[in-house]
Amino acid sequence: MKLPTRMRGSGPDAHPGEDTGGWVPAGVRESWQQLPEPVRRLALPLALVALAFFYPKYAESLPGAFPGVGTLVIMIVYTMMAVGLNIVVGYAGLLDLGYVAFYAAGAYTAAWFASLQFEQVSFHFGSVGISQEAVGIHISVWLILLIAGAFTAIAGILIGLPTLRLRGDYLAIVTLGFGEIIPQFVRNGDNIFGFDLTHGTFGISPIDSPGFGTTLEDAIGVPASFQQSFDRAQWFYWAALALLLVTVFCSVRLRDSRLGRAWIAIREDETAAAAMGIPLMRTKTWAYAIGAFFGGIAGAYYATFKSGAFPSDFFFNFSVFLLCMVILGGMGSVWGVVLGGLVLSYLDQEGLAKLGNSVSEVIGRQIDVPKYNFGVYGLIIVLMMLFRPTGLIPERRRKKELAEGVHDESLYDASA
Amino acid sequence: MPASVIGALGSAFVLLLLIWVIGNFSQDPSEFLNVFLIGLTNGAVYGLIALGYTLVYGILQLINFAHGDVFALGGLVASTMILSVFDLTTTSGAGIVIVAVAATLAVAMLFSSMLNTAIELVAYRRLRNAPRLAPLITAVGMSFILQNVGLIGWGVNFTSVPRLIPNSVAFSLGSVDFQWNKLAVLLLTFPVLLGLTYLVRATRQGKAMRATSQDPEAAAMMGVNVNRTISFTFMLAGGLAGAAGVLYLLNFTTIRYDQGFQLGLIAFTAAVLGGIGNLTGALVGALTIGLIEAFNEGLTWYTPGSDWTRSIVFSLLIAILVFRPEGLLGERTPEGQ
Repeated sequence: MKLPTRMRGSGPDAHPGEDTGGWVPAGVRESWQQLPEPVRRLALPLALVALAFFYPKYAESLPGAFPGVGTLVIMIVYTMMAVGLNIVVGYAGLLDLGYVAFYAAGAYTAAWFASLQFEQVSFHFGSVGISQEAVGIHISVWLILLIAGAFTAIAGILIGLPTLRLRGDYLAIVTLGFGEIIPQFVRNGDNIFGFDLTHGTFGISPIDSPGFGTTLEDAIGVPASFQQSFDRAQWFYWAALALLLVTVFCSVRLRDSRLGRAWIAIREDETAAAAMGIPLMRTKTWAYAIGAFFGGIAGAYYATFKSGAFPSDFFFNFSVFLLCMVILGGMGSVWGVVLGGLVLSYLDQEGLAKLGNSVSEVIGRQIDVPKYNFGVYGLIIVLMMLFRPTGLIPERRRKKELAEGVHDESLYDASA
Repeated sequence: MPASVIGALGSAFVLLLLIWVIGNFSQDPSEFLNVFLIGLTNGAVYGLIALGYTLVYGILQLINFAHGDVFALGGLVASTMILSVFDLTTTSGAGIVIVAVAATLAVAMLFSSMLNTAIELVAYRRLRNAPRLAPLITAVGMSFILQNVGLIGWGVNFTSVPRLIPNSVAFSLGSVDFQWNKLAVLLLTFPVLLGLTYLVRATRQGKAMRATSQDPEAAAMMGVNVNRTISFTFMLAGGLAGAAGVLYLLNFTTIRYDQGFQLGLIAFTAAVLGGIGNLTGALVGALTIGLIEAFNEGLTWYTPGSDWTRSIVFSLLIAILVFRPEGLLGERTPEGQ
């Protein structure tokens, strides 16, 4: 009888704090279990957050293999995108091969509203670190993150409305198509009937920096503008960490909400979900919009960190890179995706180069490992799909689905 | 949207397209024909790749993302054969060139078909009962692996071969010349399509393929060796990709490790345009795409230009999938939506 297991409610799963293995001494385990439940549940996440928060303070005393603070900013931004993609791919089961389009939309929103791009106008609203006489639109970057999220979410809805009716693999191809069209539009967008929207292949640079403004700087000593502050990487890092925490929190809460349960129901069986009264189109469109929202925020933040939005960043490869993070971590598992995102973006930014150097030293021949990064990601995708499709930290429910899925399809299932 | 509105929009679009084509033709007829021939040739190369997509999709309902990269590796192997094994130059005698090209074609086809079969065996077979998206994701990963194999083996730069099939004029229509290298591509593509159609429609193996495509379990009960049939399909598709690689190389004389991916996407669009799973449809779609590309890049009257080619092709793909997922020649199936 398989049915009862399947019908049992899943509830919030993945409580990392509960995983006390058998190797812990009995006394310690007992006193651990006497602690109130919220403490046990939150202990590990809080410890990790604390470690992450103070990372810039002890980063320099760590061995060379650990990433620098500047690299960590990029790692966190990529991880944020992966968590956003996980909402679409992991929760709702819609394969999106064009997520890079949302990254581009977010980055260019930041570029439009916080740079010298539109020199026809001069509009300032809460911008920091830039002269009040400068031309172009300059809105506070904190506000722009929200604008970018909203703009990208609308873009997600516009892409989703006509296409979400399609079957899974067709949807993947359509998203891929959008992922190819939008970067080309950005590249060619310097002459749209004579109007320079995206500044073509040069991209838009510089972009204003986030910051707290001079009033707060004078009052409590936080930097007026991150970009111009003495320890810029550290401030960008803390803001990125805050954004990631908000994203993860929203992601977890969404998963356990009515909407999240509807997504998972659709992922498991679309027909059954529709029969239970879940509006398919609206639910899927929400997945798209919310996934895009986080992608847009991450893209906008990354653009302000790099102080530029360049069309060469937006390639199909990047969509697959993000997908690889989701698959490595475990589709649908937030903690898994955070882990997968951090691991892969570390490899991408520093790890492969360092690995290549040490390999070259051992065998005495220079090998350019980062050149083959996408081969490595491809290999990870294939190996994970073949041998551990649930990912590094599996989502419990997904694990059951995969196990049952195979069983149901079997040709010689005598119990059926 | 109601079907009648979509139909009206579609008709209006086709009408505009016709006006645009006729307008361009009246601007400069001989240039138009020239561009038309270029489009036809490119379309034929896409067609050979698209046939492979359609064959595999027809039997497994799997978009074999790695197919384009099998094509590129086939072309790269052919370049090694031409440059290192046979050491051909533009001055080589006609007899040697014919033998060498035939041998290259055979080797490249054999290599690609074995590669494609191996991919199925290693990467897709285990996932046959997995959720539908699992093999698709694996195929994307496989595509990246193959690109890197090409990168490791042949480097980041274009590999060039000498022009073996001369681009001298084979025959002329009025003021329009038809070169040998283009004619060769067309001369090879159409027999391949006829042969394939015969194989699928009239042979025992073809019947097994169609049966497996309809219902693998029922086919297995009727004594069809499902695994072998699927392997055969992948072998066939790989062979076509290898042939396309050689033709592409002979026609354009350069190839690079990542070109398979781009061409593969275009060929896939062609297969969808024609109605995926339908052999003739794949070729019709490929010729259409080839023409659209060539028109967009070669014509001058109200033409967006080569900067926008990919956007146009992908917009077409999206429009087809959204409004007519069964393609130009495909049949609407219950699962088609």
